[in-house]
Amino acid sequence: MANKVLMKGNEAIAEAAMIAGCRHYFGYPITPQSELPAYLAKHMPKRNGVFLQAESEVAAINMVYGSGGTGVRVMTSSSSPGISLKQEGISYIACAEVPCLIVNVVRGGPGLGNIAPAQCDYFQAVKGGGHGDYKLVVLSPSSVQEMADFTVLAFDLADKYRTPVMLLSDGYLGQMMEPVEMPDASNIKKYDKPWATTGAVGRHQNLISSIHLVPEDMEKHIHHLYEKYAEIEKNELIYEEYQCADAEYVMVAYGITARICKTACVMAREQGIKLGLLRPKTLWPFPKQPLAKLAGSKNVKGFIAVELSTGQMIEDVKLSVNGVKPVEFFGRTGGVVPSPNEVLLNVKKLFSLK
Amino acid sequence: MNKNECKFPLNLVIAGFGGQGVLLAGKLIAEAGLHEGREVSWIPSYGPEMRGGTANCTVIISDSEIGSPVVENPDVLVIMNRPSMDKFLPSLKKDGVCIYNKSLIEGFKPRSDVKMVAVPASDLAVQMGSTKLLNMVLVGSFMANSKAFSEASLAYALKKSISAKHQDLIPLNEKAIDEGAKFIA
Amino acid sequence: MNDKEKLLEEVKTMKKVASRPKCLTDRVFHYCPGCTHGVVHRLVAETIDELGIQEKTIGVAPVGCSVFAYWYFDTDFSQAAHGRAPAVATGIKRSVPGSVVFTYQGDGDLAAIGTAEIIHAANRGEKITVIFINNAIYGMTGGQMAPTSLINQKTQTSPYGRDSETMGYPIRVSEMLSGLEGVKYLSRVAVDTPANIIKAKAAIKKAFETQLTGTGFSMVEVLSICPTDWGLNVADSKKWLKENMIPYYPLQEFKAPKAEEAKGGE
Repeated sequence: MANKVLMKGNEAIAEAAMIAGCRHYFGYPITPQSELPAYLAKHMPKRNGVFLQAESEVAAINMVYGSGGTGVRVMTSSSSPGISLKQEGISYIACAEVPCLIVNVVRGGPGLGNIAPAQCDYFQAVKGGGHGDYKLVVLSPSSVQEMADFTVLAFDLADKYRTPVMLLSDGYLGQMMEPVEMPDASNIKKYDKPWATTGAVGRHQNLISSIHLVPEDMEKHIHHLYEKYAEIEKNELIYEEYQCADAEYVMVAYGITARICKTACVMAREQGIKLGLLRPKTLWPFPKQPLAKLAGSKNVKGFIAVELSTGQMIEDVKLSVNGVKPVEFFGRTGGVVPSPNEVLLNVKKLFSLK
Repeated sequence: MNKNECKFPLNLVIAGFGGQGVLLAGKLIAEAGLHEGREVSWIPSYGPEMRGGTANCTVIISDSEIGSPVVENPDVLVIMNRPSMDKFLPSLKKDGVCIYNKSLIEGFKPRSDVKMVAVPASDLAVQMGSTKLLNMVLVGSFMANSKAFSEASLAYALKKSISAKHQDLIPLNEKAIDEGAKFIA
Repeated sequence: MNDKEKLLEEVKTMKKVASRPKCLTDRVFHYCPGCTHGVVHRLVAETIDELGIQEKTIGVAPVGCSVFAYWYFDTDFSQAAHGRAPAVATGIKRSVPGSVVFTYQGDGDLAAIGTAEIIHAANRGEKITVIFINNAIYGMTGGQMAPTSLINQKTQTSPYGRDSETMGYPIRVSEMLSGLEGVKYLSRVAVDTPANIIKAKAAIKKAFETQLTGTGFSMVEVLSICPTDWGLNVADSKKWLKENMIPYYPLQEFKAPKAEEAKGGE
């Protein structure tokens, strides 16, 4: 246990980012992610890093665009309404292929909503969010340890594929403390960035841009992006199956909700109900094949998506299951978090189990 | 004391007024549990209700991976004020333990299917020189009652959780913990 | 020796007094005939050449007519979202502190949608240089009212003239920024006459020099013409600038580093 420290999820992201070599942070205050910038404001100067509190989320994401364009590891963080403001910049970043990390510690919405934990930004995160034809890699941690681990993974994927990566968290994961073992800095991979705008010394211009005025050029660039996305889908999908081997009913849940579902699984098994859980760790790419495979299994009688929303990820579950087995939904929204017992009661109700 | 007497996972809710040291009490307990090699989680109520309203946190100490950090029916309650008693007592598991600050909580309807442990925490704290010590008194009572971790682990947690400039306050806090523990014996 | 040969001989002995700046590419400007973007591009390019900073200069192009500014400068470039150039420049400069970063922005970009970004970059004293083209109109989108359009100025979206009652007043950005501590060099110039162009060049050079001293933010507001969207020929456009814009937007140096500061290296 010597290496494990008790940390808040928000702080774990901040520390792991610095371990990953991130020395540039641009952001704007918003609850419930404030511990993250506060931590970096304190520690970045000690490591010769840049912490800048911008005038708005809009400015912050554009600073990320400029900074990431120079090839340094850079990040921003915010919570739902702030992430909405960043969407224009994220679209530019995706098109211009600027590697960076965007953290969303999701809270209850729409509108100003509240500051309680929620998963209501799933569509925004995995279906685009900003304008245009693009994807974000979306990682979904479900513990403070994964907040740290996925931060390091996010920077690696961002550099490897020259693409923005989003860490989709929630208020609980941000605020909760758990023991965490920080990733080993010596395992951090460095990438060459010959495209970066660092000053044209002994070469011609490097350009970071998202404009392709001729439609055929734009189409070609989008195809290039989608070839890259296909590679990511092929190589980078991660997920966890929990008690799925003999499961008759499979819950699909991510983030904090997956934790609640795990406990519900244990409770169900005590009652003789064969309940399992599939937890996507990457929300994009989504575990389509694993779900399709489970749908084809003789044991499985049905799926239930459990979310802190009125049902967003369920659409991807349905697309993956493709009508082979029924897909039900249970969710609480607006910042309400169900207990494991409430989840189990609803699973039983939806599938008429005793 | 024999720590094997404690049954894990132990689900604990600590609640009180903002400013009574609810979150720090929870953090100490989580740190002490971690020091003994257990899985722990600490989750606060957060946001505007922290300022002047009620604050609470949930701490889980477990021998295995912790699933839900959200607990509907805790095994143990540590309650520092009356509104928290009204809010959380009904949620306590049957045969659970409710350790409460007798100095500030009166006239409520206790439950007969749980163990009610009254500790005059605020009074003891004032006797030791500061009402702020009441959270430490209750942490001491919790430790002695639950046997979830050793005194040494708690001492370690205290050292770790108190900032460098307040390290001189450690002996006083340790004394408050002792007082709270003595009350259980 | 025939006439042609004589001429070639003469050329050999001529002193070269002007040439294309090294850091301008050979690409032909896409700007409308008579537009002064080309003039200002050249002044910036000459400055970069003279200061010997081509290899460390990183430009930030805006949204507007000069969206393709990176076609013309052979330096690294980033193309920013509308109004966000100062934020993008901040990100670049903070990541490559030894670089020379400039933005090139129009009045819609800088004084409307990008108001927050320019004020806060200036206020933070970002060590960047902003070239602010004020031609009192949105050019690329076809001649709409800009925040700097003058009272009674007719545009596509103020067809009866700008009415202060409903459309507010032309915004004097330089005056507004001049009160900010982070601003170390600030000047308003015009490119309507050769004399003013020479002054504009001097101002642009001072702005870049200020950046090199590492003391703070520098900006040059350049009053420019837009014959196409003003619906005037070039000569009348210059006359209109002189008679209408300069009285409202007086040419002046608002702020300059003190002599000893200006001397300091990076």
